[in-house]
Amino acid sequence: METTQSFFSGFTPYDLLFLGEAALRTLWISVLSISIGTVLGAIFGWILYEGRWIATLTIAPVLDIFRSVPLIIQLVLFYNFAPIVGLNLDPFASGLVILTIYTAALVANVARGGIEAVGLPMRRAARSLGMSYWQDLRHVVLPIGGRAVFPSWVGVALGVMKDSALVSVLGYVELLKASQILITRTQEPFLILTVAGAFYFALSYPLSRYASHLENRWAQ
Amino acid sequence: MFDYNFHWRPVMKSLPDLLEAALLTLQVAVLAMILGILIGLCLALIRLHMTGPARWFATSWVELARNTPALFQLFFFGFGLGAFGLHLSPYLIVLTGLTFNCAGYLAENFRGGFQAVPDTQVRAARSLGMTPWQTYTRVIIPQVFRIVYHPITNQMVWAVLMSSLGMLVGFRELSGETQFFASRTFRIFEYFAVTAVIYYAIVKVILLSSRLLATRLFRY
Repeated sequence: METTQSFFSGFTPYDLLFLGEAALRTLWISVLSISIGTVLGAIFGWILYEGRWIATLTIAPVLDIFRSVPLIIQLVLFYNFAPIVGLNLDPFASGLVILTIYTAALVANVARGGIEAVGLPMRRAARSLGMSYWQDLRHVVLPIGGRAVFPSWVGVALGVMKDSALVSVLGYVELLKASQILITRTQEPFLILTVAGAFYFALSYPLSRYASHLENRWAQ
Repeated sequence: MFDYNFHWRPVMKSLPDLLEAALLTLQVAVLAMILGILIGLCLALIRLHMTGPARWFATSWVELARNTPALFQLFFFGFGLGAFGLHLSPYLIVLTGLTFNCAGYLAENFRGGFQAVPDTQVRAARSLGMTPWQTYTRVIIPQVFRIVYHPITNQMVWAVLMSSLGMLVGFRELSGETQFFASRTFRIFEYFAVTAVIYYAIVKVILLSSRLLATRLFRY
């Protein structure tokens, strides 16, 4: 009979699979919230641009709140607020909702900047060529304004991808939570954190480099 | 309307404690910003003027800080360094993590600021007989300061918001204190709602005072 019991087991190749699966979850929640949030944010940005004082009184303060309160507080607050109004959301759904609204709040500002970046003379020219308001928006503002703010949109998207690590407070096992679980078991924090960090870095670094490359090229 | 009774009394009773914790949040954020500005300035100058290992070091600092989640950075300083026998207190974990992050982001802003000041001004100042030190402190830094003033303000807001991650490494600043009280009374929603309001107020005060300061600083 063994006299001592080993509580910790080493890092096995199988754990890499576990980390990889968690990385996919990080990707999944980020992609979902970024894509939905971007669409919502573009709509909000358009309302902010067109809505004048009505928007400044209604949407703007609400979006401002999501930008001025730490994401982690928003997550905990929403996760505990949902059952009060009778919604039974799992950590993934709550995280998704908050990350989406958070993205939308950030993208709204970017989108408004994009619409403002298109000069008024150009838009008047489009209208006087016989384009309708929506045609002008679709064929003039979207390509020109979108290009102007694309780098900052990439910045926002990467920020949300990194902030998705916070969903772990709700118990959603994404990459950082998974590495925490593994650390508890294997007691090899340095190795595991390096692997997790390398994944985030590998995802974020090329994209941010690409964005700054585009920014430089379009600035000329 | 809801099948839930809000209990605000325990929150109100611990409000003084929460406000005290908010001061701790501000303290750590301000300290991290001061250190971050100093280190960020060094990193930016190294990246602009030096080659070899120093430049390599500065570049990897900036890219690591910008391309990995802040929470990962905190975990790394908290648990990752434990592998080398370095055990920091929660306060130091948050301070080093925030400083690392802020320095990385600010270095990039400073670099942009320095690049925006044309080289000809340096040569003009030098040919007027100014020493390099005078050139930097009287010609370049004032102009760079104007450019990076708003990014610094934004980073200050981010530092306050990011300090909320201290909750996950056991630091009892505003979020950590809130979680402590919330888990003691099970009034999670109420506590975090009040905390959200406090964060919102802090952010607004920072933005407002920065705007007031800007009107005094940049009168000309």
